[in-house]
Amino acid sequence: MDTKMENKPMGQSSVNVERSKSATAIIENYLATKDALVADNSSKAASSGKALFDAFAKFDISAQPKPQQKELAEIIEDAREHAEHISENSRDIGHQREHFEILSTDLKDLIVITGSDRNLYQIFCPMYNNNAGGMWLSASNEIKNPYYGNKMMKCGSVQQEITVK
Amino acid sequence: MKLLKRIGFALLIVLVGIQFIPSRSNQSTVVPPTDFIKTFEAPEQVGKILNTSCYNCHSNNTNYPWYSRVQPVGWFLENHINKGKEELNFSEFGSYSGRKQKSKLTSMISQVEDGEMPLASYTFIHREARLSAESKKTLIEYLKKLKD
Repeated sequence: MDTKMENKPMGQSSVNVERSKSATAIIENYLATKDALVADNSSKAASSGKALFDAFAKFDISAQPKPQQKELAEIIEDAREHAEHISENSRDIGHQREHFEILSTDLKDLIVITGSDRNLYQIFCPMYNNNAGGMWLSASNEIKNPYYGNKMMKCGSVQQEITVK
Repeated sequence: MKLLKRIGFALLIVLVGIQFIPSRSNQSTVVPPTDFIKTFEAPEQVGKILNTSCYNCHSNNTNYPWYSRVQPVGWFLENHINKGKEELNFSEFGSYSGRKQKSKLTSMISQVEDGEMPLASYTFIHREARLSAESKKTLIEYLKKLKD
């Protein structure tokens, strides 16, 4: 264990990803969707979800390394569907949040392959979904919970730092 | 009054006419190898629950009710089934990527847990498709096991 790790709270790790702008539109719209859910604003989440859906559609898989293209295609196929559900359920924030949770895992896996244009934090709230827990990505390590919004804004802790090389 | 009669008559003709346009296209005699129950060799009880409460709208084989022969009800059902299959098709589940399977399982679990599925508008007519507390528990436990 190196000294850096010892200063961090238990269970926290870090991962390095390439510096890349290829997923910028996806990250932007993901974070906008997340912020809308934090603000309990389902109509804003729906419009950001639509923009996120479009960003996935525009993503150029062929520009990515060959060996990862199949996995990327699967990630995007899945993630697009979740973004679509978020965009179509502007009156059901609970449903939007359910899809956002699965989408967050997709996004994390995507960024590990495509790289990121900024540092991100993977934050985990163990209470979400009947204590099954749910994670999300944020550009800041300040805890603002998109699954509970105002009800439980502070539930969560940084699980992993995603650092751009 | 005369005009109303004419409109009524025209409507009647249309209503009779559309009865000759078929729908009921979602039927298949073979169960494909990608079928959910087949792929995971689901226990009989789970298979029965899925068949009764889910497969009518979420597979390539619908057990149509008699009134599906009546238009425009049949078209409405057709549209509904197409949408259902687009979201989740048990007949093709085995061909989904591992990621998609996992993600669909997550959604199935939460939809059933929350009582969102089967749809209330569906179980209102199809009383047999309602999930008893016991079936619900059996189904959710099985889906959770698959997901892990």
